[in-house]
Parts: sequence; structure tokens; C-alpha cells
Amino acid sequence: MAVSANTIAFLRETGGISAFAGRFFKELFRPRYEVAEFVRQCFVIGYRSFPLIGLTGFIMGLVLTMQLRPSLIEYGVESQLPAMVGIAIVREIGPVITALIFAGKIGSSIGAELGSMKVTEQIDAMEVSGTNPFKYLVVTRVLAATLMLPVLVLLSDAISLYGSYLGVNIHGVTSFHLFYTQVFHVLAFSDVLPAFFKSFFFGFAVAIIGCYKGYFSNKGTEGVGQSANSAVVVASIVIFIIDLVAVQITDVFNLN
Amino acid sequence: MIMQEEAGISIKQTKRLLEIMAVKHLYKSFGKQEVLIDFNLVLGKGENVVVLGKSGSGKSVLIKCIIGLLEPDKGSIEMFGKNIPDLDRDELDKIRAKVGFLFQSNALYDSMTVRQNLEFPLRRHWIQMEQPEVDKLVLEALTDVGLAHTVDKMPSELSGGMRKRIALARTLILKPEIILYDEPTTGLDPVTGKEIIQLIVAIQRKYKSSSLIISHDMTCVRLAADRVVILVDGRCYAEGTFEFLQTSNDPKVKQFFE
Repeated sequence: MAVSANTIAFLRETGGISAFAGRFFKELFRPRYEVAEFVRQCFVIGYRSFPLIGLTGFIMGLVLTMQLRPSLIEYGVESQLPAMVGIAIVREIGPVITALIFAGKIGSSIGAELGSMKVTEQIDAMEVSGTNPFKYLVVTRVLAATLMLPVLVLLSDAISLYGSYLGVNIHGVTSFHLFYTQVFHVLAFSDVLPAFFKSFFFGFAVAIIGCYKGYFSNKGTEGVGQSANSAVVVASIVIFIIDLVAVQITDVFNLN
Repeated sequence: MIMQEEAGISIKQTKRLLEIMAVKHLYKSFGKQEVLIDFNLVLGKGENVVVLGKSGSGKSVLIKCIIGLLEPDKGSIEMFGKNIPDLDRDELDKIRAKVGFLFQSNALYDSMTVRQNLEFPLRRHWIQMEQPEVDKLVLEALTDVGLAHTVDKMPSELSGGMRKRIALARTLILKPEIILYDEPTTGLDPVTGKEIIQLIVAIQRKYKSSSLIISHDMTCVRLAADRVVILVDGRCYAEGTFEFLQTSNDPKVKQFFE
């Protein structure tokens, strides 16, 4: 049976990313530890992403509230608006949308940066300068992204809920205390923790795919563009796959 | 193979030099494409050897095998009493601290200033130094290439020739015993290219280092080479001084000098 070229390319890519991730774990625990570069990457990946993540989170909360309101009024359950928005944001929309924005900003920047370093021989120059480029470039970025995305998700959730609070108050008057009481009344740890934990996997996926695409970039400057582009596309698809798996796991273990 | 000795002209000076690097029976292929076939090369102490070849003849692959960026299929590369392909990363790093490499594309780190670019190899090779000593070395290397005033500039603010000089300064900062140059004049105009070659020769004289220069630029060969090795289809095709090879009637040698 003939296997199509696309299938072979897909399997090769999947195998390549898996092997790359395996190498990450192998190198992660082996000295020397690039602490200074890791801290710098936390600043670049985490802190510098915050304004964009915060803005999108705020708009997301506001718009979601304004869109849901007419439907809830129709069914006479307008009072449930904070609870509904809270559940939606914390459990699903917050982590997934934040991860997608993160993939667009960080995944593409890692893919382009490493791709550019590859084609201009900067990665080889690091190797020659007594540096393990995989540890210096890949391990630090992947670790920083894995740890920073959950923090960004928490911040985005908080800002989204504030946006939602403002949205609720556009057509009515709800106190800050009442809004948050309603939100936290329905939220349990079983809502927050699975969403929080899956965002570690989202962060890892975005960075490892960005690094893989950049690290094996070729075809000169054209290849750099392709690396950045495919880093975002593949990472976005993987985010949805991880989300699907995470939902199944929480379902199986009755964490809902 | 055309050898100067076979033509009755011995390379006396080269023979007297202490051997600092020896490439023996080197083979490298990518899939079915054989890039280097039974390649041999000896570099003497204080000698400048230019490997001349057309694009795609395996010159860059050779130099990357020598520095350990590519693993050869067969053969040995001996430097400082060690065989490069047998070394693990730590041992290789110790050798690399004594070998400078000037990349074809300069390979300056875009996100770092000139100072940080030059400090990078010092810091990464675990060389214990106080900051004033590091600053002195950085300034000395930059002065050698005539660009001391660019110390706090970003690479993107510099011209192509200046970037090449900065890359050369970064190569010099560890005071290497061997310097490998991969196409040092590529992408430069003839005047700047000639200046870079003159700088390479001046540096070699100052530091008493040995140089292996990969090039297809005849000005570079004429000005810098003590000895020339012509690489054709992955094999060492001819070897001798510039003057000897210039007078060769062999068509494959002649094409480089026409």
C-alpha cells in the first residue's frame, strides 16, 4: 500500500518534534545550567507578553459578557451572567485564548529568532564558543514559556473577569462585591486546577514547536519566514489537541 | 594529484615547520553525495594555508569537520595531540578555546552589542578574569581591527566590512593558535576584501598563529597564502605555492588562475 508523501512528511515532523522534546528533557537536568539566560527569557517571554495578553483578556471578558447578556435575558436568568462568564473564562476560554495569543506572539518570535540565528550561522558560532546551543537557546526558552504561560493565564483570567464586571455594569448596576461573590460561588478548585495545569502543556508545546521550527530552519531568509509561520500554525493545532485530551482526562477522572 | 615536490620544487619552508594540525584520509558524504574523498592536509606552525575550490567543492564542509561542527564519516583530524572526531563535548570545547573560527556570514549575535559579542567566547570558555582585564582584551582586539570606537554599537549599525572586522576581533579575543577562515571576503567589495586579507596577514604576523583559509577569491590566495591546496570534487587535486600553481598547465588548476 502506497503511503502518501504528506503522510510521510507528517510522521517525520511528529517524530522530529518528539525527539526534540526528548532531547529537551535529557539536556534539562544536565549541567551546565543557563540560569542567567533563563531569567532573561522569563522576562522576555513572560513580562513582555503581559500587555498583549492583558488587553486581549480584558476585551474577551467584556465582549463575552455583552454577547451573552441578551440570550440570558430571554431565558430570565440574567442574574447568572457573572457565574456563567466566570466558569467559561476560567475553565476554557481564558487558557485557550491566552495560549493562542501566546503562540502568535512567542511561538512566531522564537521560530523567527532561532531560524535567523541558524541561517546566519550564529548557532554554529555559539557551539564554537564553548556553548551548548541547545541548552542556551532551546532549554531556556522552553522552560521559561512552560512556567510563564500559566502565570499569564491567571493574570488574563483576572483581567477578563474585571472586563466582564464592567460589561455587566454597562446595562445595569452590580456591585464589585456581588459580582465576584457570584463568580467565586460557582467556581471550585476542580475548575481552576485542570485549567491551570493544562496551560503548562500549552506553554511547553508553543515553545518546543517554535524552537524545533527555528532550530531546523533552512532555505535562507525564506526559511525563516516559513519557520515563524509554521511554528504558529502547528502550535495552534497542538493547543486544541491538548485541550481536547485535557477535557477527556478531567471527564474520565470526574473532575468536572 | 599535482604536488609541488613532484615537480622538483620542494616546499622547504613548509617541511621545516612544526606540524600543528593534520587531516588524514578524511571522508564525508551527505546521503549518496560524497563531499570529501580521502582528503589530506597538513598545517604547519605559523603557516597560512589557503584551500581553494569552486562553490560546492566541499571547502566549508572540510572546515566544519575540522572544528567539530560536522562529524566525518572516516579519517582523522589531529590538533594539539587529539583526534577531533573522537572527542566528547568538554574535550572539544578545550580545543576550540585554542582555535578561532571566522564564519562566512560573520555570525555576530544580533541581540548583543559589539562588546557583548566579544565577551561571549571569554565567558563561555570559563576563563576566569576580572572585568577590567576583560575590558582590556576587548579593547585590544578591537584596536587590532581598527574599530575600537564601535564597542557599544549593535551589529546592525555597522557596515559589512566593519561586521567582518568585528567577527575577526571576536575570533582573536582568545588569542588562538590556529584560526580557520571560511570565505573571509565573501559579500565584500574588492577594496574592502583586500583590506580584510591584509588585516588577516597582519594579525597572523602579530599573533604568530597558523591559518587555514577557505576561499575562491584569487586576491585572497595571492596575498595570504604560504601554500595553496586546490580542492576539486572533494579531493585534494593540487598543492603548492601560489607561484607554482599559477604556472601549471593542468586545465583544472589553470581555470582558477585565468
